[in-house]
Amino acid sequence: MKKRTNFWGWFWVLLAMVYFLVPLVGTLEFSLEMLRGIRSFAAYQAVFDDPQFAETFLFSNQMALLTIIASLALFVPTAYWVHLRVPRWRPVVEFITLMPFVIPAIVLVFGMIKIYKNPVVIGPVMLLQAPTNSVLGTNALLVAGYVVLAMPYMYRAVDTGLRAMDVRTLTEAAQSLGAGWFTIIVRVILPNLRAALLSGALLTFAIVVGELTLANFLDRPAFGPYLWLLGQHRAYEPAALSIISFGLTWAALGMIYLVSRGRGGQAQVAGAR
Amino acid sequence: MAVSTAGSPSVSRRLSLAWLGLLPFFLFAFAFLIAPAASLLIGSFRDSQGALTFQNFLDLSTPSIRNAYWLSIRVSAVTAVVGGVFGFLLAYAVTQAGLPVWVRTGLITFCGVASNFAGVPLAFAFIRVLGRAGVISQMLKNDAGVDIYQLGFNLYSFEGLSLTYLYFQFPLMVLIMAPALDGLKREWREASANLGATSLQYWRLIALPILMPSILGTMILLFGNAFGAYATAFALTGGSLNLVTIQIGAQMRGDVLHNPGLGYALALGMVVIMGVALGLYIWLQRISERWLR
Repeated sequence: MKKRTNFWGWFWVLLAMVYFLVPLVGTLEFSLEMLRGIRSFAAYQAVFDDPQFAETFLFSNQMALLTIIASLALFVPTAYWVHLRVPRWRPVVEFITLMPFVIPAIVLVFGMIKIYKNPVVIGPVMLLQAPTNSVLGTNALLVAGYVVLAMPYMYRAVDTGLRAMDVRTLTEAAQSLGAGWFTIIVRVILPNLRAALLSGALLTFAIVVGELTLANFLDRPAFGPYLWLLGQHRAYEPAALSIISFGLTWAALGMIYLVSRGRGGQAQVAGAR
Repeated sequence: MAVSTAGSPSVSRRLSLAWLGLLPFFLFAFAFLIAPAASLLIGSFRDSQGALTFQNFLDLSTPSIRNAYWLSIRVSAVTAVVGGVFGFLLAYAVTQAGLPVWVRTGLITFCGVASNFAGVPLAFAFIRVLGRAGVISQMLKNDAGVDIYQLGFNLYSFEGLSLTYLYFQFPLMVLIMAPALDGLKREWREASANLGATSLQYWRLIALPILMPSILGTMILLFGNAFGAYATAFALTGGSLNLVTIQIGAQMRGDVLHNPGLGYALALGMVVIMGVALGLYIWLQRISERWLR
């Protein structure tokens, strides 16, 4: 009987491996066939030689970095405050952090454009020119949208990290030594959250670099739209870029696995794209 | 400033203002999450002159919109059920079938990568492999004499899109089900064996009923995951497949529905369906937590 279970176990694993690997191997093979008759990295060379690749990839990485910084600045103090001072507000905050699951990226960007293509007005006072009219404004909207997309994962990562330590004792100990709030968060809480934050940050990176929906409709020169556009009139380069993207996702997830090892692996999964 | 020295009046007054610490978060959520959603809600109740109307919701029953919802629901449901069943079987294989640990670690890590490998690169990989000129399509045609496109397969259709979505659906199921399967207590199996139950009876009468809320809940999560997806479908079909997300995208590019309010109602309908799915998921999750962990 033990043998039979093992047989079916291997059967499903092999079937899964075939389904997983065929698209990857097929794409990899194809990406190496740019020059007729021989295998070469010519397609990869062509990708790296395209200045637009460097520009869009750099832009998306900058956006990812800004997203990570903004979400840390927003979610760490919030989650800390909820744990320490206002646990009564936890259900409200958690409800809001789950909302991005209900509002798909395409609907989010639809709503954001509807509001922010007009000047931001409160009563008779105009607070802002229409954000979508300026590069800075649109980039800010893009980052804000990414913070929203990353919110469920990032907030949960911070929250899980805070649960694993004694926030109150650490805070009181720091205060009794004369530390202010800023010092407490930056020098006591953040270092203890390192592993949790790194996981959240890497997952955010995996979501943002290569993201298409928001970047496309906000018309930003990001990596996702570039990849899509390249696919419309080239054959080999997009295959090479797909493999590179897969490698990047693999690297980000592999690092999450490394930093969170031994902390009870939780599923790190981004939303629909 | 003390954390908590309850009792003195000055502290209790300060506590009542403690929620102000959440103000940045609430302001952000309002500006970039709640206000955009609310503006779609308001817009969907307005006609092109800005007057209150329910016509937009009645117009959702026009054939092209009905078909879009129907196709989105079918793709999501099929990939949720197929991905759910196969994902469960693979999760079972890596947790219960006594395979070596490295197989488990390797597959789970791979599932983490694959469930995040969505969007444009995924669509391109499938086009390269199963498109008209794809590696597998050509191989089958030239070597085995089987033209899958002649046999009715089309990557840029319902089946093709479902097959592509399964690439991130099925690993997501594995990632969520593997810990749930680990939560099955060895005592339950031993107790049932002591009472003379076969392995089949154990699964049918004990393990599956315990896991069922978790299985159904995760399938609902998969449903929502596919329902909201846009980039993969857009990159695969170039917008030719009539999904709700594709329709919303087209509406944003130009007023293809000839009525902005109808576009907002379309988006709102999506939010409602996703909301119902998330509500069901949370409810089923609560039930499954009674037994597991």
